[in-house]
Amino acid sequence: MSEPAISIRDLQVALPAWSDRKLAVAGVSLDIAPGEILCIVGESGSGKSMMGKAILGLLPAPHVRAVGGQVHFEGRDLLTLSEDALRAVRGRRIAMIFQEPMTALNPLMPVGRQIEEVLEIHTDLAPAQRRARVLDLIRDVHLPDPERMIASYPHQLSGGQRQRIVIAMALALEPGLIIADEPTTALDVTTQAQILHLIKELQRAHGTAVLFITHDFGVVAEIADRVAVMRHGEVVEQGAAADVLGAPQADYTKALVAAVPGLKPRLREPADGTPPLLRVVDLEKTYRISSGLFGGAVREVKAAKKVSLELKRGSSLALVGESGSGKTTLARCIIGLESVESGLIELDGERISGRSRAELRPHRKNIQMVFQDPYASLNPRQRVGDIVALGPMLNGVGREEAIAQARELLRLVGLKPDAVERYPHEFSGGQRQRIGIARALAVKPKLIVADEPVSALDVSVQKQVLELLNDLRKSFGLSMLFITHDLRVAATVCEEIAIMQRGEIVERGATADIFAAPSHPYTRSLFDAVPGRAWISGLG
Amino acid sequence: MKSGSLGGYVVRRLIQTVPVVLGVVIVNFLLLQLAPGDLATVLAGEAGGAPKEYIDQLRARFGHDQPVYIQLFNYLRNLIVLDLGYSFRQSAPVFDLLMQRLWPTLLLMVCTLVLSLGFGILMGLLAALWVRTWKDNAISVAAIIVYATPLFWVGLMLILVFSIRLDWFPTSGMEDVVAFHEGWARVADIAHHLVLPTLTLSLFYLALYARLMRASMLEQRGLDYVVTARAKGQSERRITTRHVFRNALLPVVTMAGVQTGGLIGGSVVVESIFAWPGLGQLAYQSLFARDYNLLLGIFFLSAVLVVVVNLIVDVVYVFLDPRIRIG
Repeated sequence: MSEPAISIRDLQVALPAWSDRKLAVAGVSLDIAPGEILCIVGESGSGKSMMGKAILGLLPAPHVRAVGGQVHFEGRDLLTLSEDALRAVRGRRIAMIFQEPMTALNPLMPVGRQIEEVLEIHTDLAPAQRRARVLDLIRDVHLPDPERMIASYPHQLSGGQRQRIVIAMALALEPGLIIADEPTTALDVTTQAQILHLIKELQRAHGTAVLFITHDFGVVAEIADRVAVMRHGEVVEQGAAADVLGAPQADYTKALVAAVPGLKPRLREPADGTPPLLRVVDLEKTYRISSGLFGGAVREVKAAKKVSLELKRGSSLALVGESGSGKTTLARCIIGLESVESGLIELDGERISGRSRAELRPHRKNIQMVFQDPYASLNPRQRVGDIVALGPMLNGVGREEAIAQARELLRLVGLKPDAVERYPHEFSGGQRQRIGIARALAVKPKLIVADEPVSALDVSVQKQVLELLNDLRKSFGLSMLFITHDLRVAATVCEEIAIMQRGEIVERGATADIFAAPSHPYTRSLFDAVPGRAWISGLG
Repeated sequence: MKSGSLGGYVVRRLIQTVPVVLGVVIVNFLLLQLAPGDLATVLAGEAGGAPKEYIDQLRARFGHDQPVYIQLFNYLRNLIVLDLGYSFRQSAPVFDLLMQRLWPTLLLMVCTLVLSLGFGILMGLLAALWVRTWKDNAISVAAIIVYATPLFWVGLMLILVFSIRLDWFPTSGMEDVVAFHEGWARVADIAHHLVLPTLTLSLFYLALYARLMRASMLEQRGLDYVVTARAKGQSERRITTRHVFRNALLPVVTMAGVQTGGLIGGSVVVESIFAWPGLGQLAYQSLFARDYNLLLGIFFLSAVLVVVVNLIVDVVYVFLDPRIRIG
């Protein structure tokens, strides 16, 4: 290997005294060669982001700081540089791309100005030259209509467009190293594929070294030259991407790779000819955004256009779509949180659409929901036992009995029975999602609607929760409507899939059939966009 | 979003204010009907008693013998042409009285707004920059003390210290009526009289805005776009002036708009303490004189003032925040 672009030696980052671990990064040594993409893979809390920030001195000082090691870059140790010297490196020699394109840009400044700021800080270019360079950069990241783009504010752009702006910003001065901290995690899968492609293309064109931080092995397979797997602040394995992905050595890496949901479609169980449990016929829902008290211009958004689907008893159907496709709206209509405009929703032969709140109340216990965000969906002031027992109690079960049932349910979802006495903040994300599942099961529903129940979880936890759902389906005979943006997850959980795009179901059928031969172009583009598809298929 | 349709937006907003002001007028009118006594009884009482026929005659003259809904209808009909009725107490049309008193109150309000917003934002900014140092603590503690001090007490203490003990400022009034100043001398005289009332009314709001600005600055400084700016190599000072400051300003501007109603309420107290010849003082006097016509007029004008100030704040907001869509 030639002289590395950056060489990290025994880097240590200390956490504040009150955290459960002393070091976020505990002696990491890595080299990145010029023009190489090194992926750091790890789950949340592995210290991968802290390491990225430590290189540029962007840690939230004074509580979190680098306490040991060296970071050699262009002949200097970045950790010993003064604030001024470090500032000259930032943006010029090392640039950064962040996870959240929604918040990484100043909402009150046109994006062109924000890119220009980099040039203004580090170069003596005249305003006209700066402007020309900004326009070039916008073209480099393939954004349309550069002249108009530079005058736009962040809120006028989509997530993918904003991430392109951030990338343009990072590339402005052709840095030697780009640190990309989960740059595609917040994006839709097709947008993710485009951004990954863009990063790779630009990296090849400019010969930049990239430190790419991610939690997704699919993304690693897509983009990495070399991989380092991190756990608890330490690198447990590193090597060429093909080696680590193809033949992982460390047990932790093996477990992570095994947890990646495969693209093997779940097979349909033989149909028994019973009428479907859930029937949705020609459902329509339009959101109208009026401007103020006296109307004025009205903007219409068709969230559901003539949507029809059926869910058989004891089976599960995945509703797959990207953000804004209307899948969550559809779910909210089915559980009766939104009124429908026209069309029919039937559960077990009974119409539940178009009913008033009072009429709907006796039906509520038949459909329960598992929410996406395990942190926001549990009341922090209530004990877990009360959260789980509330549903049965509302349906007339005595408190003692309801709590006893809650204890049993919590055991079923893999929590200790003493969880009843504790509060939600004492549990991890995966455990909280288990509590959410127990809560949904408590009233013995006929149908569970799960809205992205695992997308906020780490891959290994995700696998456990999916397995739990699977077990529960068998033992409770549950039917499930599973909403997800991730085809891989859909394939693992559901025997049927409906693909949604812009309020319409564009393709519907058995998972195996759709995976074998996707017929709609949008479905095909979703398949093409699955990160690391070739590698995942190879996993068997 | 774009200023092209700003004119249309302002017109539309002005049209929307009509039902608001109308509602305020009707509610006020009906509320005052509940108040005991009327002008006729007060006049009769001051004359040392009067026969019932005389009082009835007075009521008929004022139009108070008619059913309430007819009185209301007449009031609203006159309102369309800005005829707010006649103050029998002050022997002048209400509209003229209001116009006379509007300017002193506006002067007081504008000065208070400028002072409290200007210094409040500055203090909050400094406290945030010096966060967790003794300077920040000093500003924060001072702000809490001022925030918790009643308005009338501040006014009286300022008079006691700066007018009576030190004799730096006059105790009351808007100008020295016997000096007959003209031109710039008059401006200076009014400014001299303005200092204590403005200070009294400002302090509370100054503390409020300072606290809000500090909190808002600290919140914004923790957001992702600040890290982005830092990763570009931007200096901390530029990050504050260029990125954080404007974002932090938004909640303060919102609050300033909400607080204008309170400002008018506060001006009643301050104008009474300093004998400032404005609307607040007039409201106080007319209340005790049972001069309900005049009181209604003041309420109407106050409502209009609040609505107009809120509109101005919203327009300012459009320029501050590109995310606000108009139309």
